[in-house]
This record gives sequence, C-alpha cells and structure tokens, in this order.
Amino acid sequence: MSTITPELYVRVQSFFEEYGRLLDEDRLETWVELFTEDARYEIVSRENHEQGLPLSLMLCDSRDMLHDRIYSLREANIYNIHTDCHVIGTARILHENGVLSAVAPYSLFQSTQEGETRLFSVGRYHLTFAETGGRLSISRLRVVTDTGAILTLLATPI
Amino acid sequence: MSATLNAEAIDRYRFPAADCSRIPYGMYRDPDIYALEQERIFRGPIWNFLALEDEIPNPGDFRLVEVGDTPVIVDRARDGSLHAMVNRCSHRGSIVQRATHGNAKTHVCCYHQWSFDLTGNLVGVPFQKGVKGVGGLPADFDKSCHALRKLRVESLNGAIFGTFSDDTPPLREYLGPVFTHQVERLFNRKLRILGYQRQRIFGNWKLYTDNLRDPNHGGLLHMFQITFGIARLNATGGAKLDADGKHNLSWAAQGGRAGNAEDPGKDYGDTGRGDMNIKLRDPSLLRYHKEFPDDLTLAVTSLFANAALQQIGNTLAVRQIRTRSADEFEIVSTFFGYEDDDEAMQRHRLRKANLAGPAGLVSMEDGEAVELVHRAIVRDGQDHSVVEFGGRGPVRDQENLISDVPMRGFWMYYCKLMGIPTGETAS
Ligand code: FES
Ligand SMILES: [Fe+2]
Repeated sequence: MSTITPELYVRVQSFFEEYGRLLDEDRLETWVELFTEDARYEIVSRENHEQGLPLSLMLCDSRDMLHDRIYSLREANIYNIHTDCHVIGTARILHENGVLSAVAPYSLFQSTQEGETRLFSVGRYHLTFAETGGRLSISRLRVVTDTGAILTLLATPI
Repeated sequence: MSATLNAEAIDRYRFPAADCSRIPYGMYRDPDIYALEQERIFRGPIWNFLALEDEIPNPGDFRLVEVGDTPVIVDRARDGSLHAMVNRCSHRGSIVQRATHGNAKTHVCCYHQWSFDLTGNLVGVPFQKGVKGVGGLPADFDKSCHALRKLRVESLNGAIFGTFSDDTPPLREYLGPVFTHQVERLFNRKLRILGYQRQRIFGNWKLYTDNLRDPNHGGLLHMFQITFGIARLNATGGAKLDADGKHNLSWAAQGGRAGNAEDPGKDYGDTGRGDMNIKLRDPSLLRYHKEFPDDLTLAVTSLFANAALQQIGNTLAVRQIRTRSADEFEIVSTFFGYEDDDEAMQRHRLRKANLAGPAGLVSMEDGEAVELVHRAIVRDGQDHSVVEFGGRGPVRDQENLISDVPMRGFWMYYCKLMGIPTGETAS
C-alpha cells in the first residue's frame, strides 16, 4: 500500500475534472486521447454487474475501437441533440502494488436545445490508471450505471 | 371480457384503406385506445413472449416480466413445470413478488403475508381463523377461490410464451411454420445468458413495432454500415410474413447484390448519405462467424405483438416490449450465446453487442425516430401516415428491403383484434 500524497490526490481529482469537461464540451476526439492504446472502456448496468453477467451497454477494448465509435457518432449516427453536464464526485483513490486506481460517483444531466434538462444517468467510475511519461491515462474504465434503463438512447459516452 | 368503457374510442379514427396503407395518428396517442389494447391485444388471443427457460433453470426460479403493462411472475414449479401469473395479490392488490428475479418456495405478499405456491394458488393466510377464535376471515372463506390470476403457458425450444385468452390457438399454430422455424433456429441448444439491456422510449409502443416492420429505414436512418462501406440497402435481403401478416422476419444474407454499381450513392436520391467507404480502425467488430445452416447474417423476427428475436451477425437477443402508457414503453433485451461457446466466441458476441441496443451503432437511431414521430403527431389524430413502400393491397413476402409492407400486415391483424373496421380500398 503506497501512500497517496497530496500531489497525487490533486492529480487524480483533476484528471476526473478534465474527463468530464472534455465530454461536456463535446471534445470527444481529445477525450479518446485520455486512454492508452490497449485501454478497455465499458458501460455496464448495475443489474448485469451485480449478477456477474458480462454484457455491457457499450464496450471498446482498444483506443481504435473508441475512435471508431466517436467517428461513427460524428459521421453516421443520428441521436437526440443534447448537451451533457457531468457532475463527478470526489474520487476514492487506491494505490496498491504500483497500480493506481480510483472510484468516483457521477451524475450526468442531459439538456435539450430548448433548455429542458433531465437526469440521464447516475453511477460510478471504476478507473485504473497507467502512467507514461509523467502523464496519467486510462488503461481500464468500467462505468457501472445505476440507471440501467437507458432513457431514449445512449450515444455520447458517459 | 365484455363491454368496455373506452370501446367507442375506435370510432374516433378512420382507416381509409383496408390494406392499412394509411394509419391515423390518433391510434398512437389516444389513452383510450391504449387501454383497449391492453384488453384486446395483450390480453387477447395472442401469445406474448415471457422469458427464456434458461433464465429459470431450477425449481423455484422466477423472473418478473410484463405483458403489456400487467406485471407477471414467470416461474418453474417443483416438478419442473412452467407457470405464469399476474403479480397482484388476490387480497388487496399489492405487488406480491418484489424481487426482479430469484428463487422462492412460495411468493409471499409483504402487506399481510398471504402466500402463493409456484403455480399461483393461495396456500397461506395468516390469522385466517383469527386469534383464539376472535377476528379472522369468515368461516366460509375458500382459499381455492383466491389464486393469482393465471396465464396459459407454452414453451417452444425454451422460449416461454403466455396468453390470457382461452381462444388463443396452440403456439406453433399461432406462429405458423416460418416463425416456428425462426424460434427453433435461434433456440437450437442450451443457452448462456449474457445479460440484459433496458431502454425507455418516450413514444407509443406501436411506433416501435412499426419500426421493426419497416426494413426500408435500415439503410437510411442507420448509417453506420453504409458509412463504413459494409452493407447497402440494395443488398440481398427481404421480409417474410405469416399467413395473417402479423409476424415479420426482416433478413439480409451474406454476399449481396449491388444496386447502382457505378455510383452507389445515386440510389440515395442525392441525400448525401450514399456509400462513403471509410474504413474502421478496428474492423474485427464486423466479422461474422457463420453459425446457422442458412446464409442469413441479419434476422430480426418480430412476433405479434410484444417480441423481437434478434440475430445481428453473432449478437443474439430477444427483446420484450413492455408498454407503460400511450406515450412510453420499455424494451427489455436478453442477450445470450450458447452454453458450448468457447471463450473467443463469447468475447466476439459481447463485442458485437455494440451494434445493438440503446447504444447500438446500428440501432440507437430507433429511439430517436420513435420520439420524433410521437412528438409531432400530438394533434391531428385523423391525419395519417403513408405506408406504400413495396406497394398497396394484400401483404406478402418481400424480396428486397425497400419495403414497409410488413407494417401493414401488423396493422391489418391489429385492426381485426381491436374490432376496427377498415376502409374498402387504398386511397
Ligand atoms: S395485499 Fe397481499 S396480503 Fe394483503
Ligand atoms: Fe431500426
């Protein structure tokens, strides 16, 4: 068990801040760059998670796959026009055997063009970091969503 | 069931054409129509898909489902037999079983602890005789008259269906040969349940059954496969119907016939949505491992009225439509593979699930399309949609995908069950 220095604490919390901001600002291509090349990103419902069922709502097991998804959103898919607002809570940080990971709760609000807002999803990020060249990136992110009954559709990442 | 309060609702709308090439918008928005559907469609002479036997393999296993908007328990009794019953206490109407799934000896209502066996019979009433002869139920209270309301159940290759009506023909007859085969094709051996997906859509449930029976939108609304140059609308495919036209199989096959070979974008009528042939960075998502004796790579089977069986490449699922109101429904999908899948096949199915469901690369648009229509048809219930791709008149199998004929088949059968007179000719 390595100690979590104040510096590391701030780095992790800022990482989540950047993560949410990039999504909210629709900078999805930059968001993808937060991941390592062989990263795994998945959104899984609490229902499946608790029953040990492997099915996700969204699963990308490489950065290429994430790129494809974002490219598809830009060029091919049609979905509800909306703005995202991620409210990410304080992360619980673990630093064990040289592996840095964190769990943070989130709320994701979606607003329409006319300014109508709904709570779209709540849940937790289970994130494992990789550190390369003094920079944190995501090697694994499992989003466990309590809101397993997806409202309308799930296009932009959580 | 006899006369209903809202039966006159059907007189509010006119189907001008007997072939249902015109559908009045009011049919999607009127709450009285919705209430009537619960009685005449979901509780009418149809088989509703309930659950899969492999979800409740052991005695005592149960799952909660919904038939239309009626909560139903599906379970397996001690002797292995399957049962379905309305999840509403015969005492004062509470939900009896509260857990979405599990294993139980009896279903016990938490309110006053009445308990029901796995076939739905009332077996226990606390204080039935009161305490020391004081209080309790009248002496002539007969537990056997207070069972949970039971559905008739039939299973075909492990797919469990239920019906409220005594008039429903046997399941195979109801499905007809083509759709019996589709059920047997998909449920051909023991399954492994991979998980669930749920999606709430704020629109009328029939906009979704329409969507399932409209192969024409596949290559126009869903542009993933076209953008990445994998499939075209003018590929080999079509639709099959049963004799009533109520069920539909939309299919596409490996290989494919080209449309306008020199200029594939041309068939798209200058919408700017032709083939773009951009390459995926990770094309492994689209690989298909042939696993059925036929060449179908896409087979979406819509069973009247609440189910769709889905094969999109190697991602397999069954979807159950649960209605909530005229303005909302839920799709609950059970994804599965087979027990003998090796690790690589299971991983492939799980990755390929990216194509389907609420976040599906080739399906997310459906949620948006349903809501766009539902919002716009709030008024003018006498106006109607135009359903003429693939022609007017009698419904029959379609040899291409540029068709919404199966939609008309659904509506013709729907009108029959609802007791709605349709017009004489196509207008
Ligand atoms: S309502 Fe169920 S026991 Fe009273
Ligand atoms: Fe669709």
